[in-house]
Amino acid sequence: MLISMPSLLSLATSVMCIAALGALLGLLLALAGKYFGVDDESPLVKEIVSLLPGSQCGQCGYLGCADAAKSLVDGEVGINFCPPGGRALVDELASLMGVDARELGELAKPQLAQIDEKLCVGCTRCLKACPTDAIVGASGQIHVVLVEACSGCKLCLSRCPEDCISLKEEKLSLENWAWPKPQLLSHAAALE
Amino acid sequence: MFRGLLNLAAVRGGVHPHSHKDRSSALQILKAPVPKRLYLPLLQHAGEAAVPIVERGAYVFKGQLLALAPSDLSAPVHASSSGHIVDICEVAAAHPSGLTAPAIVLETDGEDKWAPADEGAALTDAYSEDAMTLANRVANAGIVGMGGAIFPAAVKLKQGAKHEIKTLLVNGSECEPYLSCDDRLMREQAEAIVEGARLIRHILKAFRVVIAIEDNKREAIAAMQAAAEPYGMVEVEVVPTRYPMGSAKQLIQQITGREVPAGARSTSVGVLVHNVGTVYAIYQALTRARPLISRVVTVAGACIKRPRNIEARIGTPVQDLIDLCGGFIDKAEVLLLGGPMMGIAMQSTEVPIIKGATGVLALAKHELRREQSSACIRCARCVSACPMGLLPLDIAAQIKQDNFEAAADYGLNDCILCASCSYVCPSQLPLVQYFRYAKDQQAQKHRAAKKMNLTVSMSLAKQQRLADEKQQKAEEKAAKRAAKKKTRTRSKQALHENGIKEAKADSTQIGEAKVITEKTAAEKEITNEATTREELAHES
Repeated sequence: MLISMPSLLSLATSVMCIAALGALLGLLLALAGKYFGVDDESPLVKEIVSLLPGSQCGQCGYLGCADAAKSLVDGEVGINFCPPGGRALVDELASLMGVDARELGELAKPQLAQIDEKLCVGCTRCLKACPTDAIVGASGQIHVVLVEACSGCKLCLSRCPEDCISLKEEKLSLENWAWPKPQLLSHAAALE
Repeated sequence: MFRGLLNLAAVRGGVHPHSHKDRSSALQILKAPVPKRLYLPLLQHAGEAAVPIVERGAYVFKGQLLALAPSDLSAPVHASSSGHIVDICEVAAAHPSGLTAPAIVLETDGEDKWAPADEGAALTDAYSEDAMTLANRVANAGIVGMGGAIFPAAVKLKQGAKHEIKTLLVNGSECEPYLSCDDRLMREQAEAIVEGARLIRHILKAFRVVIAIEDNKREAIAAMQAAAEPYGMVEVEVVPTRYPMGSAKQLIQQITGREVPAGARSTSVGVLVHNVGTVYAIYQALTRARPLISRVVTVAGACIKRPRNIEARIGTPVQDLIDLCGGFIDKAEVLLLGGPMMGIAMQSTEVPIIKGATGVLALAKHELRREQSSACIRCARCVSACPMGLLPLDIAAQIKQDNFEAAADYGLNDCILCASCSYVCPSQLPLVQYFRYAKDQQAQKHRAAKKMNLTVSMSLAKQQRLADEKQQKAEEKAAKRAAKKKTRTRSKQALHENGIKEAKADSTQIGEAKVITEKTAAEKEITNEATTREELAHES
């Protein structure tokens, strides 16, 4: 017998102590990871995603709204990357990111889908593709776009077998007409 | 006098433009003949457009309901004369854009016949009815603020139930130059206006009625004082002539000495303001059951041969009224609907008279200010002129840079667009035009944000619905599979009991085939169901 009985006992005690300590610390680490852990995704990305239209239309060149939000945070795209978001989104993003929206100049007018009633065969493909349920119709019936709900995401365009959907600027009406910015007519300009 | 002693805040700012009222106010109100065609726009009020309930070709009586109000913040439209509905189409709108708006076109038959039921409609004593019934009757008569605000009158009347209204202010100040329709109406219908004011007081349960008239309308003051004499709670108060005295906030401050807080309504200081034209229309509705189908319009301006006031049916084209006044004597530089300070520039004379049209002005070049503007010299005349106590030059400077948030910080939202600042500006700066532009930009921003919210919520709703459908389908499939298993075991048992051991293999095949056909039929049904559900969802 090379090792005496008491030394074996002390070895076992020390192994158990270390094991217990390890288990305790491991548990602590696990709890800390759970409660104090930081997500891979930055909170800013999450916040931006909640502002985006969420139609996953891909007009920005990214696969979905989450990808686009990430590249916005990384500085790959400007705050005017989302065509369906329009002016409202640009203003919100500007205040969130601390950017001056006026530097972007005039924004493109929002474009909305329009179905050519002469060509529509009522195949219901576009209304299935519409992420906001903005197209009304039934099998064999002419479909129509509800202007109030259309975000202009273009998802319906490629689905139409008749190629009868196009994007047009919203029709000017008494509700959406706005006073233009006054043009100063100076004395000098008037004299010329 | 007491104002100075009590140290009450006097009305700030204001301007004194030349009144130009003498010519039109000298003549009696002329009743316009029935025009050949009436154009009745569906949106003549603040709020939602009315929904037409008549069809093309239908015959309608005078005063018949043509379009319903879809919500409380809207007003119905009635036929101004009898005749046939020719069309429901787009007509020139009373709007600076010159765009068209949907309207009901009525070809009159010249008989101007009331509906037989309306002819002898006997009304019970209005004072014995409760406030809500009377307010609803005003709503059904399609009455809106006739001083130009076009806000549904009944909505204001119903405020009496929510707030304590101490003072009912009847606004007869008519501060805009050229206009004299309220002046003439007060001279000719003083008793009716006082009676109307008493009815409104009854609805609101207000303590007193104050009829405020500017001191340049002596005849109207005398007529109203005589009419109000028998009633203790109806007072006539003379206010100084100063633009914009007719603005609700300024008039309240002048009469009660209290200032309406920024962003609050006049009810917050216990006051409700109604224009005399509105009060007269309410009188007509409550005592004679007449809907709002006509109004007094001032036709004036240097280009009009004989300026005067005309009682015109709603929907009468502006050209008809100008013809009644002898037509143009000169080519008009600007054609306005409303007063020269706040009126709407019209692009054509085809525009119909709407409920809020106070006047038709054809102004010559010498009546307008020069268009060329020079740089701001920071003289601060606009600051002393602003009745809201704002700094127009600073707000305009911010708007010039498209910095709307800063403009809002300077109090853009309190601006009432009275144009006093533009009127006094020695550099002829388009100040009020800047404010209109900024307010519209803010409204558009608000609208865009609202739409964004709607589309996001709709997109989330669709995702949720698709997920639910998928889950339901999976559950149905699982249920079918369980059912199939059961059938198979049962058929096996049946075969076993019959003891036909040789045919066992064949029968099982048959049984299985049967199950398969059953399954495909069931699947078809599910897909059919799914499509119909989807269709239904889209339809709804």
